[in-house]
Order: sequence, then C-alpha cells, then structure tokens
Amino acid sequence: MKIQNRHFIALFALIIFTFSYSQNGLVTTSVVYTAIQFALPLALAAMVGVLCERTGVVNIGIEGTMLISAFSAFFIGAIVQDTFVGLIAGVVTGVVVGLLLAVMAVTWKMDQIIAGVIINIMAAGLTSFLYSQNYSIPSTLSPIDLPIVGTWPIIGPILSFHGPITYFGIVFIIGLWFALYRTRWGLRSRAVGEHPSSADTAGVSVTKLRYLNVTIAGAVGGLAGSYLALEAVGIFERGFTAGKGFTALAIMIFGRWNPLGALAAAIFFGLAQAVTNQLMIDEVVQIPQQFINMLPYVLTILILAISAGKVRPPAAEGIPYEKEKV
Amino acid sequence: MSLLLEIENLSKSFGSVRANHSISLTVARGEIVALLGENGAGKSTLVKSVFGLVKPDSGTIRVNGKEVALGDTAGAIASGVGMVHQHFQLVPVMTVTENLVLGDEPVNTGFIKMRQARKEAKDLSERYGLHVDPDSVIEDLPVGMAQRVEILKALRRDVKLLILDEPTAVLTPQETDELLRVLKNLATKGVGILFITHKLREVMAVADRVVVLRNGKHVGSTSPKESNESKLAQMMVGREVVLQVNKSPAKPGNIALSVSGLRVLDDRRLEAVKDLSFEVHAGEILGIAGVEGNGQRELVEAICGMRNRTGGTVRLQGKVLPNLNPREAHRSGMAHIPEDREKHGLVSTYSVSDNLVLNTFDEEPFAHGWIRDLASVAANGEKLVKEFDIRTPSISLAAASLSGGNKQKAVVARELSQNKPVVIAAQPTRGVDVGSIEFIYNQLISARDRGAAILLVSAELDEVLSLSDRIAVIYGGKIVATYESAYADRNQIGRLMAGLSV
Repeated sequence: MKIQNRHFIALFALIIFTFSYSQNGLVTTSVVYTAIQFALPLALAAMVGVLCERTGVVNIGIEGTMLISAFSAFFIGAIVQDTFVGLIAGVVTGVVVGLLLAVMAVTWKMDQIIAGVIINIMAAGLTSFLYSQNYSIPSTLSPIDLPIVGTWPIIGPILSFHGPITYFGIVFIIGLWFALYRTRWGLRSRAVGEHPSSADTAGVSVTKLRYLNVTIAGAVGGLAGSYLALEAVGIFERGFTAGKGFTALAIMIFGRWNPLGALAAAIFFGLAQAVTNQLMIDEVVQIPQQFINMLPYVLTILILAISAGKVRPPAAEGIPYEKEKV
Repeated sequence: MSLLLEIENLSKSFGSVRANHSISLTVARGEIVALLGENGAGKSTLVKSVFGLVKPDSGTIRVNGKEVALGDTAGAIASGVGMVHQHFQLVPVMTVTENLVLGDEPVNTGFIKMRQARKEAKDLSERYGLHVDPDSVIEDLPVGMAQRVEILKALRRDVKLLILDEPTAVLTPQETDELLRVLKNLATKGVGILFITHKLREVMAVADRVVVLRNGKHVGSTSPKESNESKLAQMMVGREVVLQVNKSPAKPGNIALSVSGLRVLDDRRLEAVKDLSFEVHAGEILGIAGVEGNGQRELVEAICGMRNRTGGTVRLQGKVLPNLNPREAHRSGMAHIPEDREKHGLVSTYSVSDNLVLNTFDEEPFAHGWIRDLASVAANGEKLVKEFDIRTPSISLAAASLSGGNKQKAVVARELSQNKPVVIAAQPTRGVDVGSIEFIYNQLISARDRGAAILLVSAELDEVLSLSDRIAVIYGGKIVATYESAYADRNQIGRLMAGLSV
C-alpha cells in the first residue's frame, strides 16, 4: 500500500514535470535546480537528526548547531579571507556542539529536550552578541560543472553546477543509508537506538556509540550551516537559519528516520518552495510575500499532522541509558 | 574439577539497600549451580555483577583463574561468560539473525556478511536442536521462541560459563525438560552453568549444587542429594513454608460465570480465542492451564472488559453481558487480578491507600457525592495492609516503593476484599516470592470458600494443579480438555499444553 502510494506520487510528479517541460524547458529545469538548493540544507540537517535519533538521542538543537556553525564559518572565513578555512571552521564548530550535546545527553543524562534547547538558546545568543557588520568572505564556494553529466539534456542543467557541499551532501546521504542498513556500525547503532540493553549485553558500548554518532551528527550540522553561509548565499545575518533545523526534524519524521526517505521528503519541500517562487516571479499568482515565507512552516505542520501516529520512532529515543536498570 | 568462576566477598548496595553482602561463590567446569532465593534476595544483582552489567562496590571475580575487571560486559564476554536474561535482551524490530550476530558480526571491512550470518544462525540452531527461523522478526515470535534466540545468542559466543536468569518462567513442562536436558548436555561438555530459579523441582532435577541467598547474604549451600524441596524452601524463606496447598473439597453452587462460543482478536487482528466455552460455579476454582500466548490474555481481557469480543456470549450469574469497559465489568460483579500488575494493577506513583481503592474511590464509603472521604480511604488502607500482610512502612508511600510480592498482595487485597461473586486471577503469583505465594494461595482459597467463582489463569502448571478444583487446558485459543483435579495427570496435561494428543 505504502509502496503504491509512493509510486503514484512519483508518477504524478513525472507527469507534471513533463507537461511543464513541454511548456517551458528552461524555466522547468531551473525550478528543479533551485529545489535541490532549497532541499540540501534541510536534507543534511535531517541527517543530523537521523544519526542522533537512530542511536536513541533526541536532538532538537539542530537549529542552533547550524546557526553557530554558519556564524563561525562565515566570520572565520572572512577574517582569514579564505572560504575553505571557513568551511573547516564551520565543521569543527559543529563537532564541538555535537560533543556538548553528547556530554549533556549521554554523560550527564540530562533531559534531551532541555539539552537541545540549551544549544539553541546559546547559539542564538552568542551569534547575536558577537555579530558585527562590514565583514565579507572573498567568494562563495564555486559551483562545479559536472563532466559528461553536465552536457546531458534535462538532467544536465538540473544536476550540474551545484556547489561542492551539495555534491558531498548527496553522496553522504546515500552512503549513510547504506551504512545504516549494511554495516556493523549501522546494525549496532540501530540496536542502541531500539533496545540499548541488548546492545550492551552483547558487548557493544552504548556510551561510545552514542558519543560517536552525536559527534558525527554535529559535524554534519556544521556542514549544513556552512552550506548556508558559504555556498548558498555568502552572507551571515542574525537568526540566519530561520527554523530550518526544526523543519529538518519534520522531514526526518516524514522520511521515517531513513536517510533516503528524508532526502526525498527534503526534495519535496524544496520543490514546493521553488515552484511557489517561480509562480510569484511569473506573476501567475499574486500572494503577498509573507505568505510565501510562511510556506515551509505551514508544510512542516501539515506533514507532521499527516505522518504523526503512523510512523514508529526508534524505541529508546530520548531515554538516557542506565546500565544497572537492565 | 578446576574452578571456572570464583567470586570473593562481593558487595553491592543500591542507595541504602544492600543487594549483595560479601558473597563468595564458586562454579567448577561442568558443574551446574542453582542460585535460589526469594525476590529481592540479590540473585539477579549477583549474576549481573559476574556479567559486568552491575559494577559491585567491592570484591573480586575470577574467571578461569584470571581476575576480570568489574562492571565490564565486553571483558566478561571475552573471558567466556554468557548470559540468558530474564528480560530478553533482543531488539524487537530486528531479525533473529541480526540479534544473534549483534556485537560479534561477521564482517568484511565493516560490512556485515549477511549470508554468512544467516548460515551461522541456521547451523547454530540445528547443532543445539533449538529450531527457529533465522529471518523472523523478534517481535512476531512467541515468548518461548524468543527465549531460544536468547539462549542461542549465548551459545554462539562459545561460552565457558553460562548464566541463566529464571530461564523456565515462560516454558511448558516439556520445554522446561528439554531445556534442562540442554543444560546437562552443555555441562558434560565442560561448560559451567549458574542458573537462577524459583522452582524447586528444577533445582532438584538438574543442579549439582544449590546456593541459597537471603536478604543479600549467602545463607547456605547444599546439594539436591542432601536436601529436599521443603528444606530448600525453608532455607530461602528462613522459616517453614507449606508448599502443599491445604484445601477442603469444593462445594460448587450455581453457575456464576459462563462463557460460550467466545471469539476474540489479538493485537494483530488475528483470532486468538476461537469458539471457546466453559463454566465456573460459585465456590470453585477453575484453572486454565496453558503455555503463554495461546489466547489466555485475550480471554481474560475479553471477560474483564479490556478487549471487545467478536463473537459468543459471557453470562454473569445468568445475565448476558454485552461488550463492557473494565469499569462496567467491575460494577457488574467481577474482580480482576491482572497479569501485569505494573501496567494494569497499580498506579505506581499513587499511594498504597489510593491503590487499594483504585476502582471504588468514587463509591461509598470512600466518597460522598463528589468529595472523597480520605479518612475512610486511610482506614481501609490500614485495615487491608494488616489483613493481607502488605509490608510497607506507611500507607501513604507510593506503590512503586513496594517489592514485587507486596505489590501483588496489594492488588489481591483490593480485588478480593470487595467480595465480588466472580474473581478472574491471571498469573496471580508471577514474579512473587515463595512466602507471598503461599499467602496469595490461601487468600484465593478462602475467597472460594466464601462462595466466589474463581477463574485462575496461570502459566505455572504446578500452580494450576495445586489450586484448582477443575482444570481446563487451553491450546491455540481453544479448550482442548477439562479434568476434575483429582483425576488430572501432570504429564498428560503437559502434552496437551504442547499441542500433542494424549
């Protein structure tokens, strides 16, 4: 039943795409291209959630992780005048935030929602306080013209000419899916997220694995933040992430905690936004800008309302592991 | 015989509770040691210490002469210790194979070799004659099957010392005998076995040596040859225990509860109770014997209003009951001692006295109109605590602070004190210590003697045999045979429970 639904949606999208392409090829491909750009930070941010929650740690600090990483990526990049150094700084910042969450959630066994809120508030406060104008990075990360694929019709203009983080991100997400279901690390991670005491009794260290995955997730969050500051727009503003970290949680749920599912959900989000933007530009529909800006949030609420109760989260999510309570 | 496991002066406290107090114990190669004790005697803490799940406060543990680090599961596994847990340590959403290999996966540069893992799982289950489908998902398996996986998991690690924490609680007599045979067989291969049990019969059947714990202390060590069941029980409890239930013959009255053609669906919407009929007379105990998962839970829930019936009728004192909710069922005259006291019997954060009026709190004398009468709730609490020997420092303490046996006594006290004409008792002594079991048995019998019709559902065949006036055997959602208890034969019933013909 679910598979049929999915196929139906894909077929429907293909029909619309074909029709639209026959009307105006250039605009159609550019809308899909933009959709990928909208989707990528959401998909990467959703991976932060997947990595954490699959091992049983709830991470609502994705927003803060992205914000503070975007901040340090931009300003360090601007001070050193090297975008690549900025990228490294962004990822390292993400790792630090990830470690902080791990300490709070795993070692101190804090309520994980509160731990996430701490990260978000800290990120918003620090980045506002330290923010100053008149900085700029030398350039955004330059897009890559894919060889061979770039010359193909239709697919070329959609897939080619994205930035390096975009390509890395897509490869990473597919790799993560594969790792989660095919490798030893993946099996153990899922076991820890579902039933940590069985992993523990099998000699798998719950603490180590949670630390590892939350830290990797931090790095991915750093990458998502860096993408916004260094690849997508090349600036930094206060409150720059605009709730993308929270939208990512909805995407993760919609994608059933599965990397590929989340990627598909993110692309759906990106498409919705790109199409609306295009309709605005073409003046097909006349909606005040505010409503357009509302779209991601409205979609988030809708998606959560539709998928709530139908999906099954990792069973041990949000519960600190107490060894002696076996 | 050289010593495989040596525990010396091991102590562990949880807060102010001393779970283990300077315990020493040894297991030799090829020896089966039974660890016996009441609930809360510290057996589980002790074996968990050996397996590294609990970090003792002091003491040493040596495996094969080498001291192992305390609180280190991986270290314990590496030194050849395997454990079969009371609460299965299996990931419910994963397959048998995935669960078996977890923690020691056959890998090729990080990737799991699934085909090899599956083959290993198959070979293993064939080698030990514990058959289970490697591709089944754990949550779809019946309890007995899941336990097989749990045992296989331990065996796969090439164990030298196998620890089992109450392994037979969920098995049929035949499965139990089978397990005991597997254990004996393992012992002849040089594996040392340390197992926890409440069941004296198993101890007598299989153990080379028996170690008894009481209140966290080592109170004695003996062998089945030098001892007998009542001596062991006395060591456990610290006083004499009557294991044989003393009851007068039943004086059955009118039919109080009659069920005919009952059909009930389980959580997966499959028919769990299929056209089932029986009658219970006032003043008699009808025991339902059966391996768990044969429809008992659904049967009880359908009678007590926790689950809708899809067919058949239930009559209470001749009156047909429609599908009720639990409250209506209670009002209509049914007391229910639920199978899962934590989930359905008590609200663990409420006080003991509130729990004792959980289904009567809004009735006289515990409430007048909208206003609760806390004085009479407290008086009721004090009275029942005394009458039913519920051991608690105060009736205003949360139910969560009671031990398992006392929680169960609280549920029994509430349900039996209301003098309802029908009592449904599901697994009334599960996870309860010997002393409390004796007490609960006597309470059930005195409820019968005052004229209540009692439906007893239990996975413990011995319990059904000793309490019931009549015994019905359930298999696959149907009653396959009914016996007068005087003519009931243990082996015959065991065969029926396993789905075999007599």
